[in-house]
Amino acid sequence: MDFNDTPDEAAYRDRAREWLARNVAEHQAQDHAGDIAAARAWQARKAAAGYAQITWPKEWGGGGGTPIQSVIFGQEEAKHPVQYGYFTIGLGMCIPTVMAFADDATKRRFVGPALRGETIWSQLFSEPAGGSDVAAIRTRAVRDGEDWIVNGQKVWTSGAHYSDYGIVLVRTNPDVPKHKGLTMFWLDLRAPGVEIRPIHQMSGGSNFNEVYFTDVRIPDSQRLGAVDDGWKVALVTLMNERLAVGGGGGAGPKEILKLAREIDAGPDGGKLLHDPAFRQRLADWWVQSEGLRNTRMRTITALSRGQTPGPESSIGKIIAANQLQDIGNAAVEAEDQFGIIADPALAPLKGLFQSAVMNAPGLRIAGGTDEILKNIIAERVLGLPGEIRTDKEAAFRDLPAGR
Amino acid sequence: MNFDYSDEQKMLKDEARRFLAARCDTSVVRGVLDDADRHYDAALWRGVAEQGWLGAAIPESYGGLGLGHVELCALAEELGRAIAPIPFASTVYFVAEALMLFGSEAQKETWLPRIAAGEAIGAFATSEGPGAIRADAIRTTVTGGRLTGTKIPVTDGNIADLIVVLARDGLYLVEAPAEVEVLTTLDPTRAAGKLTFSDVPAERLGGEDGVAAMQQIFDRAAVLLAFEQLGGADRALEMARAYALERFAFGRQIGGYQAIKHKLADIYVRNELARSNAYYGAWALNSGAAELPLAAATARVAASEAYWFASKENIQTHGGIGFTWEADPQLHYRRSRQLSLVAGAPAIWRERLVSQLETRNAA
Repeated sequence: MDFNDTPDEAAYRDRAREWLARNVAEHQAQDHAGDIAAARAWQARKAAAGYAQITWPKEWGGGGGTPIQSVIFGQEEAKHPVQYGYFTIGLGMCIPTVMAFADDATKRRFVGPALRGETIWSQLFSEPAGGSDVAAIRTRAVRDGEDWIVNGQKVWTSGAHYSDYGIVLVRTNPDVPKHKGLTMFWLDLRAPGVEIRPIHQMSGGSNFNEVYFTDVRIPDSQRLGAVDDGWKVALVTLMNERLAVGGGGGAGPKEILKLAREIDAGPDGGKLLHDPAFRQRLADWWVQSEGLRNTRMRTITALSRGQTPGPESSIGKIIAANQLQDIGNAAVEAEDQFGIIADPALAPLKGLFQSAVMNAPGLRIAGGTDEILKNIIAERVLGLPGEIRTDKEAAFRDLPAGR
Repeated sequence: MNFDYSDEQKMLKDEARRFLAARCDTSVVRGVLDDADRHYDAALWRGVAEQGWLGAAIPESYGGLGLGHVELCALAEELGRAIAPIPFASTVYFVAEALMLFGSEAQKETWLPRIAAGEAIGAFATSEGPGAIRADAIRTTVTGGRLTGTKIPVTDGNIADLIVVLARDGLYLVEAPAEVEVLTTLDPTRAAGKLTFSDVPAERLGGEDGVAAMQQIFDRAAVLLAFEQLGGADRALEMARAYALERFAFGRQIGGYQAIKHKLADIYVRNELARSNAYYGAWALNSGAAELPLAAATARVAASEAYWFASKENIQTHGGIGFTWEADPQLHYRRSRQLSLVAGAPAIWRERLVSQLETRNAA
């Protein structure tokens, strides 16, 4: 066991570091009109050097590299203050779906611009009646000559408000079982009848949107995959989903240790860090965080050996999101009456823990709830039976809908 | 990045699993559990010695195989999985490690070849009563090369040929205690005794302060014990899974109910975190890294909690049958208690972990 790169990996890392040092400096010396413009410029720079999608084939503008090279570049890029989050859904999920199902002309039209950051894509699957149960989609598409007329609503669409295009899963046949009547399309999010409304989250932020479709006309030529075969297409999209693993919010063991050194919340008015009960909890958080960090090392090892990572990589979000909630609340309670103050100008560590408390509920839900992730581990990793389903054989229109 | 066993280490581990499947099924464990006069399985002990495992990490010049500690971790994982009823941990993780850390040339030459050959069983005698060990509370003393005091409990102390004893001023080697009382413990598949030393000959081991030296040995043993705990936790999860698939209630497999599925997923998550932390501990142990105390504490807390959780929820998944003497889940439940307590309880290790964080961040 060691943490060293192989000679090839070390050489790749050196090249990546050298490239990043030079290009980040040049990038920062330029004037950018806002965050998105800066992100687009950085993306274009990466694309020109083959670093935008390292594992994609060169003929599609990728780097023709390996998964471990992609990890190495990501590690090095993360050390620099550059933005790339705007493109992860498009390049990680939407464009691979387009590449798998669209004709050559469509692929040529979209792949390059997305890779260079000229266009941003959204994924439109979730609906008010279908979050965990994605196939419960009600947004309806009805054939009209060479077009489809789409009516309905999507929800939790990340980044729709700054996106140009999307892939959308809609119901084309309600008379067959739910998985068999879905179809996938790509669409222009500025088409007439598409209305994007940001969702005001309980945390105060607005990272997601509702997207309403009112008589939106989508040409049949924008269809991805066969009519009523959209579930299969969606599985390809979801297979490409890369669950963001990690702290998400920055309130971790190191941050609460910092707080515990500073505030007088321990026994006899001493520092919180001198409270034996607090120390026991801090140790458990540390053990969890280290467990996640070391699990990532195992994943990287598998990639480095040319293997597919094992199921161990699926546990990250369950632990990270719950720990964020735990640490956030422990810190807030340790601050005692003062803990209710969320104002960054007054709250310790600029309100980091108050913000963690308010953001953690979303993290426990987004990208698969705790409960769905546990089902996935139980069924796919441990091989336990799936749920008894009452919705697999009946026609979609006959399923009880609730509210 | 190479954060996994190598192919050779995996081969050794597979071999160990096959050997233990043939030589240490649960009837062997029960043979010790059910017979108050048997304190370990002598045939398995001889077999393990013949395989060379006792000397896996002992240099060839002292009769060992001269492999690294990662290989020893791989063996520990399999021994834990098999709930092996032998004094392997006491002899190898505690006493052999103590000799390699602190022993004089003569002490190493005398004892390490005998340990590697399976001719000497070791025990590490530290505790004197309830509660964590404190330097100022140790009552065992040495005068003129003779040791006096009482140690309780001493795992394998009743069958040991060589005992490393923590006395007030340091560690000592003692060959045979004057008086041994066999103890009734939570895990009868691992022997334990109360040892009373009355003016017995003792040889100083190393020049270090006693508690500091003990802690160095504990740091090394903690990593190795974590692998035993991990092996046991994996096996407990497999047992729970197998039972959840074969047991039917309300017309279907109980493994189809989310109450059971989520319980097993929780075990899986804890086991994987424990595995990752154990690997980090193995790296620190094998490479002599300065992070060993922190890595060992992290590995030990994770593995102790994972094995406890897996072993108790394995019984729960089995329902009533799991609470019977005949069913095997109790074997893991008992062993999880033994392994969590033998080198200091998890609460002590959590405290040690935070102390390490404090000094690390202060530096």
